[in-house]
Amino acid sequence: MTHYLFLLVGAVLVNNVVLVKILGLCPFMGVSRKLETAFGMGAATTFVLTVATGASYIIDRYLLLPFGLEYLRTLSFIVTIAAIVQLTEMVIQKTSPLLHQVLGIYLPLITTNCAVLGVPLLNIANRHDFIESLLFGAGSAIGFTFVLVLFAGIRERVEGADVPLHFRGAAIAMVTAGLMSLAFMGFAGLDRYQ
Amino acid sequence: MLAQLFRFKGGVKPPTNKTISVQEPIGQAPLPARLFVPLHQSIGGAPNPLVQAGDTVLKGQLIGGADAWVSAAVHAPTSGRVLAVEEHVAAHPSGLPTLCVVIEPDGRDEWIDRRPVDHHSLPPERVRELLRDAGVVGLGGAAFPSHAKLTPAHAVTMEQLVINGAECEPFMTCDDLLMRERADEIVRGIAIFRELLAAREVLIGIEDNKQEAIAAMQEAVLRLAPDYRVVAVPTRYPAGGAKQLIRVLTGKEVPASRRSTELGVQCFNVATVYTAYRALACGEPVLSRIVTLTGNVERPRNWEVWLGTPMREVVALARPRADSSSFLMGGPMMGFEIPDLDAPVVKATNCIIAGSPGLFPPPPPEMPCIRCGACAEVCPHELQPFELYWFSRARNFGKTQEYYIFDCIECGCCSYVCPSHIPLVQYFRFAKSEIWAREREKQAADAAKERFELRNARAEREQAEKAERLARAASARSTEKKASPEAAKAVDSPPAVAAGEPAAAAASDAETIRKAAIAAAMERARAQRELAQPKNTDRLSAEQEREIAAVEARRAVLPATAEPAGRAAGTGPPTGLQRGE
Amino acid sequence: MITALAIMALGAIVLGAALGYASIRFKVEGDPLVEKIEAILPQTQCGQCGYPGCRPYAAAISAGEADINLCPPGGMDGVRKLADLLGREVKPLEAEEKPKQIAIIDEQTCIGCTLCIQACPVDAIVGAAKQMHTIIEPLCTGCELCVKPCPVECISMQPIAENIDNWKWKYPVFEIKRAA
Repeated sequence: MTHYLFLLVGAVLVNNVVLVKILGLCPFMGVSRKLETAFGMGAATTFVLTVATGASYIIDRYLLLPFGLEYLRTLSFIVTIAAIVQLTEMVIQKTSPLLHQVLGIYLPLITTNCAVLGVPLLNIANRHDFIESLLFGAGSAIGFTFVLVLFAGIRERVEGADVPLHFRGAAIAMVTAGLMSLAFMGFAGLDRYQ
Repeated sequence: MLAQLFRFKGGVKPPTNKTISVQEPIGQAPLPARLFVPLHQSIGGAPNPLVQAGDTVLKGQLIGGADAWVSAAVHAPTSGRVLAVEEHVAAHPSGLPTLCVVIEPDGRDEWIDRRPVDHHSLPPERVRELLRDAGVVGLGGAAFPSHAKLTPAHAVTMEQLVINGAECEPFMTCDDLLMRERADEIVRGIAIFRELLAAREVLIGIEDNKQEAIAAMQEAVLRLAPDYRVVAVPTRYPAGGAKQLIRVLTGKEVPASRRSTELGVQCFNVATVYTAYRALACGEPVLSRIVTLTGNVERPRNWEVWLGTPMREVVALARPRADSSSFLMGGPMMGFEIPDLDAPVVKATNCIIAGSPGLFPPPPPEMPCIRCGACAEVCPHELQPFELYWFSRARNFGKTQEYYIFDCIECGCCSYVCPSHIPLVQYFRFAKSEIWAREREKQAADAAKERFELRNARAEREQAEKAERLARAASARSTEKKASPEAAKAVDSPPAVAAGEPAAAAASDAETIRKAAIAAAMERARAQRELAQPKNTDRLSAEQEREIAAVEARRAVLPATAEPAGRAAGTGPPTGLQRGE
Repeated sequence: MITALAIMALGAIVLGAALGYASIRFKVEGDPLVEKIEAILPQTQCGQCGYPGCRPYAAAISAGEADINLCPPGGMDGVRKLADLLGREVKPLEAEEKPKQIAIIDEQTCIGCTLCIQACPVDAIVGAAKQMHTIIEPLCTGCELCVKPCPVECISMQPIAENIDNWKWKYPVFEIKRAA
């Protein structure tokens, strides 16, 4: 049990997918201008990433491995994830317009989120079993949401600050992200208690 | 008399500076040579002018009728002749003009027929109407029409009627003097309001630095209405804010989104109550108000000033010292600098302060916000001014609303304590007026969209009707033709004209006639213009020449654009614009 | 090699079929985005964007056919709001930003031809044939569509004057001279 807990905490904080693994920077910079959108993006990513890790585990385990097609992993994962995202979007749009309003416009964006591909590949590399894969996926996604929301909160304030002209916009956001990354490196110290 | 008092959060204690202007009793200001009575003196609809230049008016005659329920009438302060109804600079921070009735007093000060009424004998609605037509508005400074506040809520019984004599602004003493000198009338006025609202309890709140006023009011209450309670409240700015006073006296907190009547409490200024009494018991509408003249002047004092008196003449009564550099209307905390002393005294003018560089030194440079939180500590509405400032400054108005900018009463406590000397209230006012402007624009856009859609629907319907008519005519004609084909042939000499085309031909005929008419009219208009305007074209600037060239070029293309075919290629909405089919 | 092709083909067919089925099964009518875009546009119906009215422009933006910086009456503010809504970059306005204006008819010159009434998209002009026309000022959106059709050039655009009702508190400006 504690093993799973460590895996989850490790995925959320210590090996944070954005600030430590530097994956998924595109939505991290792009969808962090407002707190609400950041939250929507995070929620959508959490959902998709959990589903994607599960699906890619099954495909890898029961389709690619038996036929010795490991070299097709990246390709087949991308196709699967893209299809799942599209499918999810259509289903949500029809069944729950309210949820679609919250998540809808971010779902297509997630297709291009490298974290969604990176986490399943990391799962394979770390030889996680099915439960571990799901936990790792969910943990990474929660970590992603967490830093995205934090970052959006900071950026909302920075918008109003007297930033020197040439640092405005993406430049100051990069500096902020770098400082946040430094702070998250501090969580590496949690390892000692494992 | 001992009552449990509550506290409101925050507040500051600036030096009160009140004693200088209470040494002398209220003086009666003389009539000026010209009165400029603005028609729009209260919150709500602008009254319509009822007089025109050349009319003679009597003292107290209605010159501006209330335009809506939330609006209040305006009257002539003295008898005389109306010189004009024109734009004149207003007592407003913008210094922009507003519609005023200019009256030249005849010196006779002749009253209209004053009709005192007994409010007991009238239904409450009628009393409220009378108050509106007497121009009774909140004289504490907000100028909200009082009758609109005198309707009790249906579901809630009115527990307390709070009478506001706190007068927390530094320098200001007009309510203080009014309570000292005219306590009886105030107490009688309270009785009227109490009956209208059916209030169970009356609380008169006066700051404890006005002992004479408290004594005078207590004495009057004992004689006239022993069940009212005069309560001394601790002196702390802004204890005189309606919500703060209600909080201190009753412990009730009025949320921004609700009216105080819904909580069973209502608040009126003492001066408002006084004018309401004069309006009903004496039949005298609001013609004057008491104005404190103080600050950097030789003779600070309270004066009863006729509404519409130019401030220049009022200020002269107090003899401002030579180094007076600016004049504030209202107190030093919430008032504004009068942009032009030609502006008249209005119902909201409670105080005029002469300022000098010594009295109000120019604000030190604004420094960056250090987020010390001093402003949040003193904010009487428990807002976070530093956050509001941050987002107002960045023009992030959505966020300012999330931080409840519209709860801000602009009391100025935050600016007063700010160690970085940030004019916080100015930022909030800026943000508020921007938000209002956007709201107006949005409403205008929605209305425009609705009209556009209606217009499109109308055009479509008209087109459909026309097509139907044409079809009907065509079918009628074809049946006719069938009935007598020879006759039809004989009549329609050009046989090529098909069944549907006669109508089109007629339309194009009408088109040519219309075009000719337009061309003729254009000629006429051009001739008229040439006649009317002298041709002073010998010395033209380069810019003017360019302009003329542009106009000529446009004229040259005009024949093309006047044709419907030419216009169809234009940028306009395609539906139903063309007339000739 | 053959297995790889077969498996990938199988996967493609299965996923394609699922997506195709879903797109029919879960089809949604209408585009809520157009409504949201239209709510931001100023509803002048002026056609300066090249589309006949605000709604067609909103539809074009939603379909990705039009850029977001084509609406001069909306100004930079409008561009910024659209960029926010659509997650696009803020671009400078295509045309020059003008102060808000309304049309004024010179009633002495007007010949009552009704051409401007037909041109006005928001019914802000009243008048009848051979009668003087006038503009209902609060309803005028300043779209300038009535200026060109007028055969006698009696319509001019004038900036809206500041009055007490539309006056705004200014942004607090600090004088540098005083600081020095």
